[in-house]
Amino acid sequence: MIPLRLTVNGTVREVLLEDPRVTLLDLLRERLHLTGSKKGCDRGQCGACTVLVDGRRINACLALAVSLDGASVTTIEGLADGDALHPVQAAFITHDGFQCGFCTPGQIMSAVGLITEGQAGTDPERIREGMSGNLCRCGAYAGISEAVLAAQGAGDGAAIREDAA
Amino acid sequence: MNLFDYTRPASVAEAIAAAQAPGAAYLGAGTNLLDLMKGGVVTPARLVDVTRLPGLDRIEFLDDGGVRIGALVRNSDLAHDPRFAKTYPAVAEALLAGASAQLRNAATAAGNLMQRTRCPYFADATSPCNKRAPGSGCAAIGGATRLHAVLGWSEHCIATNPSDFCVPLAAFDAVVEIEGAGGRRAVALVDFHRLPGDAPERETDLAPGELIVAVRLPPEAAGFSAHARYLKVRDRTSYAFAVVSAAAGLRLNGDRIGEARLALGGVALKPWRAREAEHLLAGQAPDPDVFRKAADAALAGAKPSGEANVFKIELARRILVRALTLAAAGTPERLPALPASPFAAPFAVPSPSPAGAAHG
Amino acid sequence: MAEIALTSAPQRARHGSSMGQPLTRRDGPLKVTGRATFAADNVADGTLHAALCVARIARGRVTHLDVAAAEAHPGVVAVMTPDNAPALAQHPDDKPHGFIFRLDLLQDSAVRYANQPIAVVIAETLEAATEGARLLSPRYEAETPRIGLDAEPPFTPPGIGVGQPPEETHGDVEAGLAAASRRIAATYETPAQYHNAMEPHAAVASWDGDRLTLHTPSQGMSMAQGRLAGLFGIAPENIRIESPFLGGGFGSKGLISGPQILACMAARLVGRPVKLVLARAQMYGPVGHRAETRQSFRLGADDAGKLTALEHETLTASSRFDDFFEPAGGVSHTLYASPAIAVRHQAVRVDTGTPLFMRAPGEASGSVALESAIDEMALACGMDPLEFRLANYAEVEPISGKPFSSKALRECYTRGAEHFGWSARPRAPRQTRDANGLLVGWGMGTATFPALMFEAQAKAELRADGTGLIETGAHDMGQGAWTALGQIAADGLGIGLDRLTFRMGSSDLPNAGIAGGSAHTATAGGAIHAAGQAVIAQLADLATNDSASPLYGAGNAGFVARDGRLFRRDDESRSEAYSDILARAGRASLTATGKASTDPAAAKTYAMHAHGAVFAEVKVDPDLGQIRVTRLVGAFAAGRIVNPRLVTSQYYGGMIWGMSFALHEHAAMDARTGRFLNDNLGEYHVPVNADTPAMEAILVHEDDAHVNALGIKGVGEIGITGSAGAIANAVWHATGIRVREIPITLDKLLG
Repeated sequence: MIPLRLTVNGTVREVLLEDPRVTLLDLLRERLHLTGSKKGCDRGQCGACTVLVDGRRINACLALAVSLDGASVTTIEGLADGDALHPVQAAFITHDGFQCGFCTPGQIMSAVGLITEGQAGTDPERIREGMSGNLCRCGAYAGISEAVLAAQGAGDGAAIREDAA
Repeated sequence: MNLFDYTRPASVAEAIAAAQAPGAAYLGAGTNLLDLMKGGVVTPARLVDVTRLPGLDRIEFLDDGGVRIGALVRNSDLAHDPRFAKTYPAVAEALLAGASAQLRNAATAAGNLMQRTRCPYFADATSPCNKRAPGSGCAAIGGATRLHAVLGWSEHCIATNPSDFCVPLAAFDAVVEIEGAGGRRAVALVDFHRLPGDAPERETDLAPGELIVAVRLPPEAAGFSAHARYLKVRDRTSYAFAVVSAAAGLRLNGDRIGEARLALGGVALKPWRAREAEHLLAGQAPDPDVFRKAADAALAGAKPSGEANVFKIELARRILVRALTLAAAGTPERLPALPASPFAAPFAVPSPSPAGAAHG
Repeated sequence: MAEIALTSAPQRARHGSSMGQPLTRRDGPLKVTGRATFAADNVADGTLHAALCVARIARGRVTHLDVAAAEAHPGVVAVMTPDNAPALAQHPDDKPHGFIFRLDLLQDSAVRYANQPIAVVIAETLEAATEGARLLSPRYEAETPRIGLDAEPPFTPPGIGVGQPPEETHGDVEAGLAAASRRIAATYETPAQYHNAMEPHAAVASWDGDRLTLHTPSQGMSMAQGRLAGLFGIAPENIRIESPFLGGGFGSKGLISGPQILACMAARLVGRPVKLVLARAQMYGPVGHRAETRQSFRLGADDAGKLTALEHETLTASSRFDDFFEPAGGVSHTLYASPAIAVRHQAVRVDTGTPLFMRAPGEASGSVALESAIDEMALACGMDPLEFRLANYAEVEPISGKPFSSKALRECYTRGAEHFGWSARPRAPRQTRDANGLLVGWGMGTATFPALMFEAQAKAELRADGTGLIETGAHDMGQGAWTALGQIAADGLGIGLDRLTFRMGSSDLPNAGIAGGSAHTATAGGAIHAAGQAVIAQLADLATNDSASPLYGAGNAGFVARDGRLFRRDDESRSEAYSDILARAGRASLTATGKASTDPAAAKTYAMHAHGAVFAEVKVDPDLGQIRVTRLVGAFAAGRIVNPRLVTSQYYGGMIWGMSFALHEHAAMDARTGRFLNDNLGEYHVPVNADTPAMEAILVHEDDAHVNALGIKGVGEIGITGSAGAIANAVWHATGIRVREIPITLDKLLG
């Protein structure tokens, strides 16, 4: 048994792992029953499992839980403040930044990470590049990029599509 | 994933001791290792978690003008370190051209050096592969080879090294610092990865149990900062491995090239330093003819490992010319929005109407 | 229960009619907070995990599985193989009726394709199940697989798609070609593609005696129920399927797949609930794909640029053991006028999983080829591609001769071209570079998709408190059924969305048919509308027969139901609240059912299709060949638009699929082994965010009085058509290189 202590969405969780193979994603989903983080590929190729570990966005499917002992993890379930949505969550609704919604928790956590990193600012191209680790098979990318722009206070995100015409 | 013994040593010495066990592997971020374990491609009996080893997560700018990158420095931290990016722009650009933001936030410098080939036959645990199962043959030969090697391959293996980071590191004479049971040693990055020859299972210069502790760039590497680029041709705009990539650095003396550095990625089982081309460039004016001759020299020994990769030879020539052209034009003030992309220029500018566009 | 608890009101709601409003998604708050429960999110203590072991040969048989090694792995509970799999009431290869596909459910040791399930390991943990499956280390007796369109001599299948004729002709193509002053002949290839919904197929199955509860994503719960009932020999009503949300389907979840049924078998074997989720690689084989095609065209045109002949021959592939033939030629039935048209399909059989419907089946593959061929013909005629398409505009459906129920394609062309700036396009290729030296090219394509109707039922209830309930077993795979059908439901009952309870996503609800063919909103929406109308009719009966009502005796006048009140159609000053009508009648509620299906008379009389025009700009590096789509403008006419926000998203998504089709998707298979080389999301490329161009979708107004009661044509698939061809044509215009082997990749542009 491997004792493991994680702070998940602000709450300390003590876990006894009988198996070192458990990834952070499977720990969250199958053992802590936090199923908001999704498994789309399990190989770091889709981004649906994106969570923040110590404030940085990573693919939870490619991290062993035992290796993260002591870390602080934020998942989609920990983003809203009660009933008040995080600005990125609200912007995804307003800008229709999803269809099926399966990649959405990962997209939103990735967007929060991107904004924290401070590298993209309100440059649409840097946002598109910075969000490229999150696949969306429905093709909601325009809404996703608009939502990220809007969440950073750049108006309604229309800059993303202004050059279409 | 196979069951394994997990251990988290507290020091480099303990780690090295723990890794002496048969079947042991070092676990860094795990972005490549866990992927391979999930595919059943590797089945280590023990994982030695090195992520907490003290002192390996620092970027040290050395008194001699070089830099020492700790083995555990995350790709994104290195790329976004302002001083590092300013001094080694091609390295930063290569880092940011690799994988995704999430993976770069996790992946470490040493892990990047250790990443395995993307050859699909290597990744398919049921295909013959001399690298994965020595002596079983190479299923890639005669198979789907569009992304396989055109330089330095052998009849035993035609795979390529997928790293972006290692390409400028090879160009700028990076040195790998290694610690093992026998003590500490250093090896040039260009000698760290091995060509397949008749033993493709031996991928690096590391002996069993040896651990990368740092990667060092020598003082001379900083001399190219004004004219250094990384360029990567991909099948999609981002989040894709290189079809072919190139790092180019120029030190200009007035209107002449004082010294050139060139390396190719995606063409061989190691980052491919093009020294003959560099020699040709030295002392010449930075113009397209010179660049083309250098590119021809760099690819002089190339031969396709399959019909489907014939195009990579010409593509490699062209990417060298382009990388040199971009390097000669000067390093941009800020890393481009699309690092290393042919579309790196701002893309949101209004598309010119044909009437107002240059005709060519 | 499949019902959304709204945590915030949809934005931009206005008073009155719900349909036509750009409401935000009613399921949005659940989806952005991680509380939308997809099938694999059902976690309950005591549930076991199952993992598939799949074949690594494409043809032959399994000779050995190391069951002992798997069973010895800590945590493994059972290994299900052909030796111990629960007996089925029906062989999964039996086809008791037409629309049913053969499944691999551990009946024998035969291997028919790579990644075919050959065993299931059930364990206490996911880690143990997964490793147990690896430890089975199968051994095989392998045969040489037959792979690719040249695997064997082609044959003409009896039917293509859902049974359409493989050949349809009108006029004399040879005569048309002979009479032409310009001719082209060209052959295009499209590769095998895999749906790759972000959500892998998942099933959480539990049995209570002979009753099965199954959480699984489904685009067709009722059909899945029927399939399961046949296989397990139980009554359909003993099977409850819950599918409130699908993480994308695109056709791959239209019919229940083998692995989803294996989860049910595993649960039956161990007598405990079992969860089985496919690994990404396992989605390449047992859950369908879009088959490869080779499409050959011969076109002729006269001096005025009018087509004299159009011949479209398709060669495609189905599996060795079942029939699905990609109907790629369908677009040539309907799109361009020509006195002579011949459309033919042939096929070969290969050692792959059976292909299946994938978003715009037939139309997507056919459109990229036809639109490329039309561009080549326009060039041969010296005409602008838009001018050429207008010259060959079909005023009636070309082969059938039927009039269109509606067709606003001309306005799509006009508005799309205007927004894009098409008139500035130089005729010749390789004429334009941007400020950075990149080649710029412009191309266009016509979009088309049939307006279909299936069958659906719904139930409506109006309550004395002025609230209402609509129930139908509809499916939301991302198109926005929770929202759009909710809007139709609110209008059908004449109440605001805030007074509506809307239930869907469960097989316990009335059968809503299948979410496919871009027909779900029209079909399920039609049933909802009919149920609403029926309950309103009851309400009107109460009112008109009640002398105390202001509506007394107004039975012949007709009514408008709105905002919880019934109004006289001819005099809206006379109205009464539902609650008052019901209260006086002493009724707690009224209920009614409704259904919708194809109107055979309309289908016999009219050709019914949605249309559109897509304009694309690409940039290509002149030396390195790398391609980027920089602008996409689509103008679409698809009848009534229930929710323009969601419809715009559907068009964007379709257009991105078109880009993916033209430039990215390609399942690579080793022809020697039949194994995939990119059965993952790292190397099977779909577009990433950075590939996404600036996009615009123009919603062209179109009224259609014939297509169905609500005038809805469907928008889910049309966006792919036209787009892929537009991009292919733009690449030609940028480079002067016509790539006829899709996807267009940089190596094909190096010259």
